[in-house]
Amino acid sequence: MSFSDWISEPVNWVFLLIGIIVLVSGFKVVTAKNVVHAALALVGALAGTAGLFLMLSAEFVAWVLVLVYIGAVIVLFLFGIMITRAPTGLDETLDIDRKMMPAVLSIALFVLLAGSSLYSFGSREVAQLGEPTSTNLLGDSLLGRYLIPFEAVSFVLLAALIGGITIARRDLTPLEEELRDAV
Amino acid sequence: MLVNQFLVVAAALFALGTYGLLVRRNIVLILLSVELMLNAVNINLIAFESMIRSADATGQVFSIFIITIAAAEVGIGLAIVLMIFRNRKSADVDDLNLMRW
Repeated sequence: MSFSDWISEPVNWVFLLIGIIVLVSGFKVVTAKNVVHAALALVGALAGTAGLFLMLSAEFVAWVLVLVYIGAVIVLFLFGIMITRAPTGLDETLDIDRKMMPAVLSIALFVLLAGSSLYSFGSREVAQLGEPTSTNLLGDSLLGRYLIPFEAVSFVLLAALIGGITIARRDLTPLEEELRDAV
Repeated sequence: MLVNQFLVVAAALFALGTYGLLVRRNIVLILLSVELMLNAVNINLIAFESMIRSADATGQVFSIFIITIAAAEVGIGLAIVLMIFRNRKSADVDDLNLMRW
């Protein structure tokens, strides 16, 4: 398929728009000089990712991404930024000084990954938009074949919750311990 | 739609995450870069699932597992950051050289 064939499909314009949003926001996340701006740029990247999931007819995962990431994880990150009192204005010390090597390394990684996928998957197509979606199938699969991994993951989440509280809890001072024992 | 267009976007997002991981000094920003990389992997899984159309939606199941693990990772990670900040008054990885030698 040539590029002019590819671009003549309207759905690919939508793809290009969403892809550009994802990549520009992702770039902002790693280059922003302001911590809060980096966290908010991640919202753009995640929303674009959810849009790509919708294009790939994975509605359930797309909305889980919106709820869990944009709803909860970003708020958690903003709390983390506020609590660690990171300077919320412009800050030139957020990055290391020598960025040449990381840039070369990540470009090489991109060329390797993109090149190998272009080489391997030539003109394979994804499912067409408008085909029946698989949320029903996903539910059956999660509570059927993947039931034990699903339970294991929920246990991991519980353990992480308890671990997070335990790690972040402030130890009592000796005076406070005394007061607690007196009650 | 070709599967390749999604794979290329995912590869670019993964490379951006790697760059952020290597360049950033603030721990919270490093965690943000890790989130970018996890999302790139999710795009790959969903694209392959849409290409193969497996009988039990394996790609989507595993991307849900990744989202769950990422949420747990952020919770634990920020708790550790909070603890480090309380003890060392800094969220800068260059200051965390206590166990280096």
